[in-house]
Amino acid sequence: MDEGSAQPRYFNEMFEGDGVRAPYAALDGWSREMPPELRGMKQSEAEALFRRIGITFAVYGEGGDPDRLIPFDMFPRVFAADEWLRLERGIKQRARALNAFLVDVYKRGEIVRAGRIPAKLVYCNEAFEAAVVGFRPPRGVYSHVVGIDLVRTGPDEFFVLEDNCRTPSGVSYMLENREIMMRMFPQLFRENRIAPVENYPTLLRRTLASVAPIKCDAEPTVVILTPGHFNSAYYEHSFLADMMGVELVEGTDLFVEGDFVWMRTTQGPKKVDVIYRRLDDAFIDPLCFRPDSMLGVPGLMNVYRSGGVTICSAPGAGVADDKAIYTFVPEMIRFYLGEEPILRNVPTWQCAKADDRQYVLEHLPELVVKEVHGSGGYGMLVGPKADKATIESFAHLIRERPENYIAQPTLALSTCPTFVDEGIAPRHVDLRPYCLVGETVELVPGGLTRVALKEGSLVVNSSQGGGVKDTWVMAD
Amino acid sequence: MRLSVRHRSTYRFAAPMRAVVQSHRLTPSSFEGQRVLDWRVEVEDAVFGAELTDGAGNHIRTMFMLGPVEELMVDVTGQVETADLSGVLRGHREQVPPLAYLRTTRATRSDLALTELAESAGGATPLDRAHSLAAAVSDAIRYEPGRTHEATTAAEALEAGVGVCQDHAHALIATAVIAGLPARYVTGYLLTGGGLRASGQSQSLGGMTQSQDAGGQRQEGRAAPEEQDDGEATVLAAGEASHAWAELWVEGLGWVGFDVSNRCCPDERYIRLGSGFDAADAAPIRGMAQGIGEETLDVRVAVEQVQQ
Repeated sequence: MDEGSAQPRYFNEMFEGDGVRAPYAALDGWSREMPPELRGMKQSEAEALFRRIGITFAVYGEGGDPDRLIPFDMFPRVFAADEWLRLERGIKQRARALNAFLVDVYKRGEIVRAGRIPAKLVYCNEAFEAAVVGFRPPRGVYSHVVGIDLVRTGPDEFFVLEDNCRTPSGVSYMLENREIMMRMFPQLFRENRIAPVENYPTLLRRTLASVAPIKCDAEPTVVILTPGHFNSAYYEHSFLADMMGVELVEGTDLFVEGDFVWMRTTQGPKKVDVIYRRLDDAFIDPLCFRPDSMLGVPGLMNVYRSGGVTICSAPGAGVADDKAIYTFVPEMIRFYLGEEPILRNVPTWQCAKADDRQYVLEHLPELVVKEVHGSGGYGMLVGPKADKATIESFAHLIRERPENYIAQPTLALSTCPTFVDEGIAPRHVDLRPYCLVGETVELVPGGLTRVALKEGSLVVNSSQGGGVKDTWVMAD
Repeated sequence: MRLSVRHRSTYRFAAPMRAVVQSHRLTPSSFEGQRVLDWRVEVEDAVFGAELTDGAGNHIRTMFMLGPVEELMVDVTGQVETADLSGVLRGHREQVPPLAYLRTTRATRSDLALTELAESAGGATPLDRAHSLAAAVSDAIRYEPGRTHEATTAAEALEAGVGVCQDHAHALIATAVIAGLPARYVTGYLLTGGGLRASGQSQSLGGMTQSQDAGGQRQEGRAAPEEQDDGEATVLAAGEASHAWAELWVEGLGWVGFDVSNRCCPDERYIRLGSGFDAADAAPIRGMAQGIGEETLDVRVAVEQVQQ
């Protein structure tokens, strides 16, 4: 697992020696020929557009100032068709395996019985939902939108950082970044064959409709359930509802009567078949989970478990995207699909294991340490960038609560050219594609590219100075 | 033994509610220790639906009542044939892996005193350990009604040194989990008499109801002070025949019930209703009312032996 601690050489996605890599060819001339005044003008135009749309939420629910605009970088991130093809196969493979795992652990738990994943890791996990044991959701799908966070370290090297099986956010950025780029630089899109992403809402709606419950015998009614306008991702909820042409509802707009869930409308109650919920399990039904939740629908879980409505993602899906379970995803792919994983996992040390812990404590200056349940780049140590005192305090934390931490090698994240004050400079990027799982498994060619705008920074989280880019997949 | 049950929960609302939704776990399942002969849950003017048996084997049914609701009466009547299996839950259909019951909730979270209590219990085998834990909890928390309430945690009950069956069950779950034994909360009925102690807490079977006004504010539904009904000898006051205990997972035996309050394992005098992580999770009635205003709950339970 030793990745070597020498100064890493970062893979630049655009330049290779003196040459330009093929997928970026069109952008070379475009960026060189753009006069500085035009660039400044376009940048403020983009900002104005984002402000007008109102897309200011914190990406991936990281918190922070909800009114802050996330910086948009106009330099696109590009994949060649063949690069994407491999990524697509890898992402779909992973999404299938994660869903197979979820169906299995809530039924017979074959993977546990076979000794391939420790039973305690699954069943003692806080995200394991005893209330849904034995229930099989329509088409055996638990996670209908799988957000898989990827980084690249070389021409053919991609690593999965983490899986998001509950309700990954950020897809509205993918769509808006494209929309704004097309408005500002229409010529780029006329002259290049860039695969479209704008059918994502159509595919999402089709995915949701395809998992309608057994008791639904007509065209399914789909809604998005939001915690409300104070939620940091509310913009995305209303955006997706608009784009899909479905109702955006809050818990109080729905009620349970008889075998079904109903929506209050001006024309009287209307039966709801599929709920794309954007709130956590704990809050969706006070009669099953947290009794103090006012955001959910009382009785919803009973209707769900008796086949009257489908909840997307399915309650309990979170047990598949836990950072401790992550280590076993390659094993899931082998176990359920009988295939070798196409995408690699980042080698991970579990601080709960004595051997791993000792290694981690001895190599902290080289490693990235994360909290098992943390997110948003908080509570994280980037060894090579940390001072002695920070490393000391992390060593203390790990000794105190080893089960709360994992460690990974510091990955040499690829860079992509980015507009900075001095001109154009390489900055580190990651990628979150959104894989849709219903009757079929679909992936739009693209995703959300996050970029660490600070020079040398490897942390792409918006709360830590990250921005976003349009992500292109060239159509051959 | 053949037991008959009459169990009435009466909810009264100071101001009419627009609607009430409840999730009922009021129907026992059959296993080797009990066979349900006849069972009815009735609520006048209510719509029932969304019925299921969950992975733990609980029968769950949803009740909806459209307002204005001023009073709501949930009537349970039935007969069960029981047998003494020394607390062992044999032949019960369920699918939740026992390891899932190694977690704690707000009510069963450990603290230093609970950890010490758990460590004080001996026992060479898991079964001995389970018995030892139950005895330790019984010694540490004296049975005394009226000193604890619905939201009292295991840690608080242990600190107070007094409690009722709900507190005993929570404390046994907490200590068992510390000792590495999966444990859960069980609700049911008990044929009293012969010095047996039952709940003595109206809320143990009344469940929880919350009211919510249009603005989203809410109030906890509070159980009314118990009213003694002197006129009817067979109907006990709130909760006296409703009961709760804990089940511990013992490798080789499966789930085994322990009634700390009575220092015994459930026998033919017990009817098992359902289980959960704690009292709130296992509550036979969980409800939500739409509207503003006070709610009172009155619970009457009668368990009798049927002569054949």
